[in-house]
Amino acid sequence: MAHDNEHTGHTHQHDAHGNHTGDLAVFQHGRPPVDRSAIQGWGADLDRKNRPGVPMERTPPRIDAPLTQPEQQRQDVEVLVSLERPHMTPLFGSPNPPRGVSGMVRRAAFKETENDIRHWLLLMLADRIDVVEGLVEDLARGHVPNILGEMGIKAEWQHNKKGLAQKVVIGAAVAGIACYLLKRRDHRY
Amino acid sequence: MLAMNYRGPFRVRADHKPDPVIEHPGDAIVRVTRSCICGSDLHLYHGLVPDTRVGTTFGHEFVGIVEEVGSQVTKLKVGDHVLVPFNVFCGSCFFCQKELYGNCHNTNPQASAVGGIYGYSHTAGGFDGGQAEFVRVPMADVGPTVIPADMDQDDAVLLTDALPTGYQAAEMGDISEGDTVVVFGAGPVGIFAAKSAWLFGAGRVIVVDHVDYRLDFVRRYAQCEVVNFREVDDMALHIKKMTDWLGADVCIDAVGCEAAGSAAQTITGVYTMMQAGSATALHWCINSVRKGGNVSIVGVYGPTFNAIPIGNALNKGLTMRMNQASVKRHLPRLIEHIQAGRIDPKQIITHRVPLEEVSDAYHLFSSKLDNCIKTVLIPPSANQVRAVASTANH
Repeated sequence: MAHDNEHTGHTHQHDAHGNHTGDLAVFQHGRPPVDRSAIQGWGADLDRKNRPGVPMERTPPRIDAPLTQPEQQRQDVEVLVSLERPHMTPLFGSPNPPRGVSGMVRRAAFKETENDIRHWLLLMLADRIDVVEGLVEDLARGHVPNILGEMGIKAEWQHNKKGLAQKVVIGAAVAGIACYLLKRRDHRY
Repeated sequence: MLAMNYRGPFRVRADHKPDPVIEHPGDAIVRVTRSCICGSDLHLYHGLVPDTRVGTTFGHEFVGIVEEVGSQVTKLKVGDHVLVPFNVFCGSCFFCQKELYGNCHNTNPQASAVGGIYGYSHTAGGFDGGQAEFVRVPMADVGPTVIPADMDQDDAVLLTDALPTGYQAAEMGDISEGDTVVVFGAGPVGIFAAKSAWLFGAGRVIVVDHVDYRLDFVRRYAQCEVVNFREVDDMALHIKKMTDWLGADVCIDAVGCEAAGSAAQTITGVYTMMQAGSATALHWCINSVRKGGNVSIVGVYGPTFNAIPIGNALNKGLTMRMNQASVKRHLPRLIEHIQAGRIDPKQIITHRVPLEEVSDAYHLFSSKLDNCIKTVLIPPSANQVRAVASTANH
């Protein structure tokens, strides 16, 4: 990185005892300052007046938005609502309402607050059940999912043949060891 | 329509789904012309975000052409080419009135911590996302911004999340002139955070990652120093050595819940889910920043709990700021920066992939194959739209 030849207040020296001296407000940890002119736009937002995120909370907002509560979206599907909210929000996403066993677990999750770890653990469990239900749903409509394709095996083959071969070898080895152990167990009884 | 369809951890495919419809008079339907895969999408893809339902379409970084508008929409018209911030927000609630658009209180019934986000699980409102040919855009008069005529849509699509998030990461660091800023993570957000740190007047910018090709890119793109954490014994010690044993003035976590670098964090946070993700980057931020310094967090974490050295943060007197980016708030200034040539966002795009190949695109990005930094999905109808639009202009 290029450096200025002159220090612009960014000094950092030690005295004979190793104590810091110089202007601590602007020193740069012993490094000469960078060549700011080589950095496109350096300091364009140094002045806090130019920083759109300052102050953190800014009222009134600078967007032209209505000050009235949005009209309530019509609800045609089941939407679960957090216990930490007073009621349904005016807007919500309607795709993928709760379904099947995973839906039952999700409903149970929403009987706990967001503050309760059980809420989140039940949702994670529901997500895993949902994956199985998704497979069943695929098969029920005559679609056999191409799981390796969904996992991006084509990209793996194109860009990481060595890694793919490694995975195949490890998978085969694990399967082989498992078969051997199962066979051994069968011989014992 | 063709849309990305989540089937479970590490499994996505392109499927035909019903077209979205106007569900509220403030809605618009947007025909997507570009949609990115975001690093945050990988948390969904890896099955780490609670209430990610099978059948969901991801995608919170998209631009497109307004196809249809609801009866209350007055500012947008059919044919407008818009960029859509990833936040679904109303503009009028308690939080939107404070410009905290990422914390809108009217768009997410399922959780109170975060507002609605397109295609980001039911924990973020259950909205389908833009990795599809069409998407429902609520509050169309409030969220979307018409893309300036002179702006490339590849720049515009990066204004929907990655650039504003990186910029806000630097802004939340409250950088003062000459500060040393360390950015953990050289993904798209980390790259933009490093670039933005100079705009705020940093004196030194250091980016930390373990992926060499990304470090090479950010070194050139953001004119910064880089550190590969695989090559140092201890990250915090290394930063101390680089900063005359004081620590950095500002540390930015642009990684989130799938950080590498600590076996203990990865085992407890990713493999066994005993905590809400691996908090290695945040741990390093706290331990690498100087006393009285600032830590800025834009990496995504889960909603439960994480093991971080909060005692050190207390003893060091740190200021910690964090949030989902409030995209709309940053857009005017960021558009100025792009038009002035201070930032050229589209340079980070390495892959443009047809939506039909979404499975491979996700795997490529997730596994960092083929030197992938940023992937853009292009729906089959995008080219047809451009043709129609250009015909209409003549």
